[in-house]
Amino acid sequence: MAVAEPHVPTRAAGAAAEVEQGTSLWQDAWLRLRHNKLAMASLVAVLLILATCFVVPLFIDLDPNAQRLDNKFAGPSAEHWLGTDQLGRDLLHRIIEGGQISLLVAFFATFLTGIIGILYGGISGYVGGKLDSVMMRIVDGLLAMPFLIIVILFRELIKVPVEKLSDWLIADVGLSTDLVLRFGNIAPLIVAIAAFGWLTMARIVRTQSASLVELEYIEAARSLGIGHARILLRHILPNALGPIIIYATLTVPSFILYEATLSFLGLGIEPPHASWGSLIKEGANFLETRPALILIPGLVFSGTLFALNFLGDGLRDALDPKSSKD
Amino acid sequence: MLRHLVASGLLILSLVSCQKQTQVERANEEGILILGNSNEPKGLDPHLVSGVLESNILHSLFEGLCSLHPSDDGTALPGAAERWESNDDFTVWTFHLRPEGVWSDGYPVTAGDFAFAYERILSPKLAAQYASMLYFIKGAEAFNRGETDDFSSVGVEIVDDFTLRLHMRGPIPFLPEITKHYTWYPVPKHAVLRHGSMDDRFTDWTKPGNLVSNGPFTLKSWRVTHHIEVEKNPRYWDAGRVTLNGIRFLPIGNTYTETRMFLDGQLHATYTIPPEMIEYARERMPEMLRQEAYVGTTFLRCNTERAPLDKPGVRRALALAIDRESLIENVLQGGQKPATGIVPPFGGYDPPGDLAFEPEKARELLAASGYENARGLPSIELLTTDRDVSRRIAEALQAMWKQHLDLEVRIVQREWTTYLQRQQDGDYDIAYGGWIGDYLDPTTFLEMWKKGDGNNNTNWSSPEYEALLAKAELTADPDARYQVLAEAERVLIGETPILPLYWYTTNYLIRPEVKHWNPLLLNHHPYKFIRLEP
Amino acid sequence: MLKLVINRLVQAIVVVFALVSFTFFAVRLIPGNPFVNEKAIPEHILEQTQAAYGLDGNWITQFGIYWKNVLVEGDLGPSLSLYGRTVTGIISESFPVSLMLGLLALVMGVGVGLPLGALAALRRNGIIDYASMIVAMAGICVPSFVLGPLFQMYLARNIDWLSVAGWERPSDIILPAMALGTGVAAYVARLTRGGMLEILSQDYIRTARAKGVPPLTIVVRHALRGAVLPAVTYLGPAFAAIITGSFVIETIFQVPGMGQHFVTAVTSQDYFLLQGLVMFYGLLMAAANLSVDIALAALNPRLRAKS
Repeated sequence: MAVAEPHVPTRAAGAAAEVEQGTSLWQDAWLRLRHNKLAMASLVAVLLILATCFVVPLFIDLDPNAQRLDNKFAGPSAEHWLGTDQLGRDLLHRIIEGGQISLLVAFFATFLTGIIGILYGGISGYVGGKLDSVMMRIVDGLLAMPFLIIVILFRELIKVPVEKLSDWLIADVGLSTDLVLRFGNIAPLIVAIAAFGWLTMARIVRTQSASLVELEYIEAARSLGIGHARILLRHILPNALGPIIIYATLTVPSFILYEATLSFLGLGIEPPHASWGSLIKEGANFLETRPALILIPGLVFSGTLFALNFLGDGLRDALDPKSSKD
Repeated sequence: MLRHLVASGLLILSLVSCQKQTQVERANEEGILILGNSNEPKGLDPHLVSGVLESNILHSLFEGLCSLHPSDDGTALPGAAERWESNDDFTVWTFHLRPEGVWSDGYPVTAGDFAFAYERILSPKLAAQYASMLYFIKGAEAFNRGETDDFSSVGVEIVDDFTLRLHMRGPIPFLPEITKHYTWYPVPKHAVLRHGSMDDRFTDWTKPGNLVSNGPFTLKSWRVTHHIEVEKNPRYWDAGRVTLNGIRFLPIGNTYTETRMFLDGQLHATYTIPPEMIEYARERMPEMLRQEAYVGTTFLRCNTERAPLDKPGVRRALALAIDRESLIENVLQGGQKPATGIVPPFGGYDPPGDLAFEPEKARELLAASGYENARGLPSIELLTTDRDVSRRIAEALQAMWKQHLDLEVRIVQREWTTYLQRQQDGDYDIAYGGWIGDYLDPTTFLEMWKKGDGNNNTNWSSPEYEALLAKAELTADPDARYQVLAEAERVLIGETPILPLYWYTTNYLIRPEVKHWNPLLLNHHPYKFIRLEP
Repeated sequence: MLKLVINRLVQAIVVVFALVSFTFFAVRLIPGNPFVNEKAIPEHILEQTQAAYGLDGNWITQFGIYWKNVLVEGDLGPSLSLYGRTVTGIISESFPVSLMLGLLALVMGVGVGLPLGALAALRRNGIIDYASMIVAMAGICVPSFVLGPLFQMYLARNIDWLSVAGWERPSDIILPAMALGTGVAAYVARLTRGGMLEILSQDYIRTARAKGVPPLTIVVRHALRGAVLPAVTYLGPAFAAIITGSFVIETIFQVPGMGQHFVTAVTSQDYFLLQGLVMFYGLLMAAANLSVDIALAALNPRLRAKS
């Protein structure tokens, strides 16, 4: 068979000639992604949402908590593009702020789960043997717990330390009150979600790292006396990056959903700040009277999840071509 | 196979037959009243609970010495006692029980049952949270605190099987009112002891099948978070007057769900109605919407030990910068009344009050306290709960203080238990709070601001205030007594350790076929007078 | 097979013990106490109450007593928030409701998801594929707390025999089960499609096709069997999660199930109730996973041979 399969980079090849093959792997993936219309549309949508939540506020004066009690439940107008809520606050501004919070929670939590998962899974797979089996049993065990309940419990538990930390940061370190409080508000949620959300990530990384460890060039690196940390970081991690990215993309929407569920149960963000979950929760109260207050945040919320999920699917197809069997 | 077909056919049939009738229509035929009742009751032992929703169920099951009047909660009707009298200075009361009164299992209701009940609720080991309601009785507090274990030191005297004499700690002219409260209900000595000892919290005597009661209804079934159903008690002394065959209490925590269920024909009456649905109901079914005065007050507690709230001027400035009218009109929408004091208005008591919305004066006061334009003010936190309405009130207050005083307040929202705990630990600056009267007397709102009272939590106290309350306790003449109490309230509001927001209104929906459900200040509707007339 | 079962059981016991122990200490570390009340409790009464519930000793003693009661007497303790109720009583009263709701949701989810996924795989990249995958994605992205109120508003208020909320008539199960089942259907559809595609690309299917075996026979006899494997793997945990974790749906539709006890046990700091629920959940999850393993082994001859 003279014709090689150019689109299927083997792990060994990818690692052996890291620089060249590495780039072409990502280029290939990008090419494949560009042909996936749904994924591209989703990518554009995600970028648009990110820009609206994080770039637009740099140019306009975002004031999601300004109330005008005499102007509640106003319809769309030049001043308030999406109208106002039950306290006369601008719905668009609140959705943007809600997006910031929902997305920040999800991104930070995903980032943390990534780090924990990579370390845990990487070490487990790399060391192998007894340690590996014990570490993976622990993951299996933890996967059997009522995730949301443990998150609620844990969040309650770390609220006080986080509050103390916030006070210290404001009083003794002198950080801006607004900044610290904003993060203090979401930090317990992020930590709680991340503390128990890294399990699947650890499994994925472990599978990758266990299969990579057996390859010859890792053996070679070891025999050359290269440190374990360096091998893990320079050789194993980059090669496991594809599945990590795929999984992380799919983790973001599920964490957004967790945050929203907690906010819906009144266990999320604190007022007057909004998150998409708390907007939907409040909106559900006005079903009969002002359905727009649930429909608009609901649409934005579900639309974002849609885009992120389709993008994740597209990335998977692009980065792991074996999974799409054409 | 055939059996499955028949079964599913029957299921469909039953679905279709439901179609003709709403649940309320069917209940009308059965003579059953269906009520929304907020949440799962903590229990049905009148000595262990302390909430309004438990009270709603308990007064269908039990009856105190005096009973509720259907349209005037200032009047005590004969209950387990057919008549009563007191000595001239209201310190000794004698109740004559009706000889025909029996428990739902046929045992007679005796003075012994009452004495047993009072000993039980006061016994330290039972740890009844609301035992203090009986502290009106001489010696009750000392017994409850474990200072003595001799119940004969408490002023409860069994004269004979049907005569109970109570010796009070001072003049209590309103005692008949108080005996309508569930903490004063008798419990069946024979039935309680059948399931455990007197002061054991963990007995089964309140379970369906075990619960023996002396009221117009008895417990029929109880499924946690589903329903509690009571049925007519044929042995009740006034059973002839009871027309309902039963009542179903549904623990519906979400007020929006509750309203939706009412609109869908699943309830005769709701427990409450959320603000925005009031307008909706007013437009579509004005005849079913009720808005009635209710003895309850919403206010903010200030922690008077924390700067800047240790300055009365700052507290008063905060109070004057609250636009209560706007808060009520725009956020609450339930016809509440702006509160100028802690005691809501009711017959005879003339509440003092000079709190109004005066932003100018508020700014001056703030400046006079050394914080011109709120400069230099330490940060202030507003502690509130995660409940919808309190959250919205907090957001509105935050905006008002910012607008009128240029004052930044941070909202701290906590789950119910944490919120209560932080208040009781004094770990807050300003805290959202509310109080509902247990009986119709100003003391139910004033006693709590004494030094060291478990509900004070503001660290505020005033010898002058307590001297006035003590003076009132010794004043037997009702009018003079009210005046002394009003003076005490003036002292309280003058120093503003609390910022009154509004006086309650109960807002709820009720179907027109429910008759004799009258406006009541304490909102305890005696079910024995209620009729369903579709 | 027996080894697998024993292995799993041992693992489950360790996990449940660890989980309940974590809960035990975590819930006690949260500031506040379960007896806090709107009307302040005098100090002496609080102490007496704690003594009555055996909460006056130190945590290690309490921990020992708790496990002794659980293991020796099978007593999960009293509820702290519902006076006179035991944890066992609360679970045994609410679990059947959750079980019924969860089962119906699963049946609906599989009933819709499986055919949808199979159809999508057979019409790969066609309109049906795209349409059904978009529908499936919608099922994942529109959470139950958005669906629930919409169902109440647009279905229950307009259809007489559907109630807005409550648990009185047989028909009351339909809306909550639909709201719960939508997400399941969506996942099952996606998983079935994936599994089916994998099978269809296998050599033996290609051979069968080449031999002229009718497409329907191929699908039903060969492909579908392999295609449900991923879905079955998912259903185990989903089952446990759905019958216990449906607290959002239970609060919206006023269903007297187990889920809402989870949330109220945390917020009211009902120590014993929370510990009992977590224990029950852990055991249920272990049982569900074990049955999945057994089902997979039964469905997949290769796996059976291996073990």
